[in-house]
Amino acid sequence: MIELWRLFRLFFKIGLFTFGGGLAMLPLLKAEVVDKRRFLTDEELMDLFSIGQCTPGIIVVNVVTFIGYKQRGVMGAIVATIGAVMPAFIIISLVASVLRHFMDNKYVIYAFAGIRVCVVALITSMVYDLARKHINNWYSVIIFIGALALLVGMNFSAVAIVLIAGITALSVGEIRGKLKK
Amino acid sequence: MIFLLLFVEFFKIGLLAIGGGLVTIPFLFDLSDKYGWFSTSELVDMIAVSESTPGPIGVNMATYAGFNTANILGGAVATIGLIMPSVMIIILVAKLMDKYSCNTRVKTLLEGLRPAVLALILFSVLQIAKVTILDNIHILFFVAFLMMIRLWKKSPLLYLGIAALLGIVFRL
Repeated sequence: MIELWRLFRLFFKIGLFTFGGGLAMLPLLKAEVVDKRRFLTDEELMDLFSIGQCTPGIIVVNVVTFIGYKQRGVMGAIVATIGAVMPAFIIISLVASVLRHFMDNKYVIYAFAGIRVCVVALITSMVYDLARKHINNWYSVIIFIGALALLVGMNFSAVAIVLIAGITALSVGEIRGKLKK
Repeated sequence: MIFLLLFVEFFKIGLLAIGGGLVTIPFLFDLSDKYGWFSTSELVDMIAVSESTPGPIGVNMATYAGFNTANILGGAVATIGLIMPSVMIIILVAKLMDKYSCNTRVKTLLEGLRPAVLALILFSVLQIAKVTILDNIHILFFVAFLMMIRLWKKSPLLYLGIAALLGIVFRL
């Protein structure tokens, strides 16, 4: 069982390097929590993301809380979440007080521009790996393409997509179950 | 009193904002109008800041508004208010998951959601790419990073560090 302070440190590190919004945390979570420490599997991480889309609150917090809970129960959930938001808290407190013009510094702007491009590359690479591994039968492909079409073409919200995909998956499951009998 | 107010208002946002981080933004605009804890232009600035800095926009705004209003304690109270609903609800959901994860229907459901989740992530990253990869040099760096990531398979942290340096060197 991981010690609480190690859990804190891990999520502090992850939180510190999550530049530009919750999505950027996914490649880091995959690398540190799934691949390296095997706290959960790829599939479980994706499941947490689905659940996180439907439950109230910021998705990042939802996913981190879940992972923390799985490791060390309620204390783990709290410690992991506080760890993950602490870097943002510290940085923004500094920005609000003494570093008001932090974002005006040209080196900061250049550095963040580079980081943002890298984040896009990291997420793209991760999606490719996960898709290759987990979109491996005809109905996964249909759900994937269908969801993408609804998002791009018809501006459906994330929650709507999850609901539709969920209902589709359950219906297909029921039908297949009945066919087997 | 201000602490209670900060806590309650951000608790409400934490409870009502369902979905990705950008969902908090309309609620934040409302807050700005209601209390003047931050101006609309400050909010817009902070949204831009959040594009780059660690932390979801919600957490950043809670800290910022709280700090502006009542210093570091205000920031802490607002942030804790924001994350508390998530933590509580997720712990409940996690306990439920423990009980029902073996259920075949639940398994089918989650399995079916995975391709949808990947579609969601892909769509989101396309949105980010639209505002991040703006001209040829960005495309070049995107491809370069992608190649590095695929070939050398090192920690993402390393690539982010390199990206920051390259950003400065090449004045992206």
